[in-house]
Amino acid sequence: MATRTARRTVGLFVLSTLLLLLSGIFYWQAIGADISNPHANFWRVVREGFPGFTKVSTAGHKVLIVNSGENWREIRNGILVRFSQLIIIAALVVMSLFYKFVGPDKLEKPRSGVLIERYTLGERVLHWYTAVLFVIMAITGLSLLLGRILLIPIFGHWVDSAYLQASKVLHNYCGPLLLIGILLEFVIWVRYNIPRKIDLAWFKTMGGMLGKGPRPHTGKVNAGEKGWFWLILIFGIAVGVTGIVLDFPIWGQTRSTMQLSHVIHATVAVLFVTVSFGHIYMGTVGIEGVFEGMCTGFVDAVWAQQHYDLWYEEKMHEKGERTEASS
Amino acid sequence: MARMKFLCDVERCIDCNACVTSCNNEHDVPWGINRRHVVTMDDGVSGEKSISVACMHCTDAPCAAVCPVDCFYFTPDGIVLHDKDLCIGCGYCFYACPFGAPQFPEENSFAARGKMDKCTFCAGGPLPDNSVEEYKLYGRNRIAEGKLPLCAEMCATKALLGGDGDVVSDIYIQRVVKRGGRPDTWGWNTAYNFKSEKEKKP
Repeated sequence: MATRTARRTVGLFVLSTLLLLLSGIFYWQAIGADISNPHANFWRVVREGFPGFTKVSTAGHKVLIVNSGENWREIRNGILVRFSQLIIIAALVVMSLFYKFVGPDKLEKPRSGVLIERYTLGERVLHWYTAVLFVIMAITGLSLLLGRILLIPIFGHWVDSAYLQASKVLHNYCGPLLLIGILLEFVIWVRYNIPRKIDLAWFKTMGGMLGKGPRPHTGKVNAGEKGWFWLILIFGIAVGVTGIVLDFPIWGQTRSTMQLSHVIHATVAVLFVTVSFGHIYMGTVGIEGVFEGMCTGFVDAVWAQQHYDLWYEEKMHEKGERTEASS
Repeated sequence: MARMKFLCDVERCIDCNACVTSCNNEHDVPWGINRRHVVTMDDGVSGEKSISVACMHCTDAPCAAVCPVDCFYFTPDGIVLHDKDLCIGCGYCFYACPFGAPQFPEENSFAARGKMDKCTFCAGGPLPDNSVEEYKLYGRNRIAEGKLPLCAEMCATKALLGGDGDVVSDIYIQRVVKRGGRPDTWGWNTAYNFKSEKEKKP
């Protein structure tokens, strides 16, 4: 019996302590941090960014001390500046290692000379429009982020300032044009880029580039290209929308909105540029015959059969029907 | 060398905005730019406090840290100045500054802002002291003339103090000591609450 009473007493004690703690917390929240010193509380509220009144109501003047700027500074100068260099250098190193050890994906058979149309003129114009704007945006954007630590030590303040002035103007005017390009690309190419079951097989050997065995069957667009397509859409919209917020400070967006937008914009943009290296590699030196396809619009039948067998068969089938119909 | 500082005594500031007006006039800043502003907390209620703010000339200035063209520099007496010929008007200093000190003459589409303008502690810019070019870009250089910032010099209640940090803090310490830690003989209560007077003569 004695033990039970003792247990009950201990239980009651623990419960009351917890209740006391809880009520203490509620009291703290309801009354404020320090009831004994109203002056300290007054300034504590100011320090937390509570707005006041001002006759000079230029953007953000109502708040006496805006704390978020320090966070933005730490993220931009600390994380973004440091990691953007690391991730880009890492991507370039991986790319050159891949080129050295895996090497370019050459044609397995000699060219047949039979040409198949892969991209229409409109598609090619849109691709290169977006590509050129993307490269401009990447170079100017990275210059604005890293110019101070990379360019000033080499070229000095005056050259850096003149170059970044031009970069800023280019970046601000080309941005919306790139967003339009990306949205148009989505509209004209989305029908080829719906994920299918055969795309899973493609990833096992990365389209026959890694490991041995037969190349996976592929339609007009392979799984890697589909992934890049959807990344362009997601990254493009994230960078584009935040970019527009920064580009048009005329709608009364607050400083915090612009700080947040800038962090999202720069982070996603650095990732976007990093991933784009993969696309540029594959499109130029990585796979033989890709670059000419996007330039001229036509690809060799052998190339089509090697990389996009299902699309090739479909095309041959169409062609056969057409020749039968015309004859 | 002195370390230049501003201090606004909230027990004295009456939100007259003369510091703002005199600054705008002295430096002939473009319309819409205010290098200094007064913020009133708890406006219109008992215990309201006003405080005049401009660039605080931080030692570890966030604006200088984030500037992509590194256009900020520090004078030997701790004043934070910037070179408008280097400034590209990106607005990063405006994002970073806790006090809203950086101002831009424009706010247009495609983030066209013009060159940043801010309080110079009346110390001009990198151009030759008191030259016409310096006055046009940065306003008057009173420091080069051996004077202190006009806003603080002409403050009617001597709420705003500007100058050598040691001198400013000496003055402020004297005031605090005289008032006591929690001034009941001062400010709103004294002006509008006569209870203490009644209590004195029961």
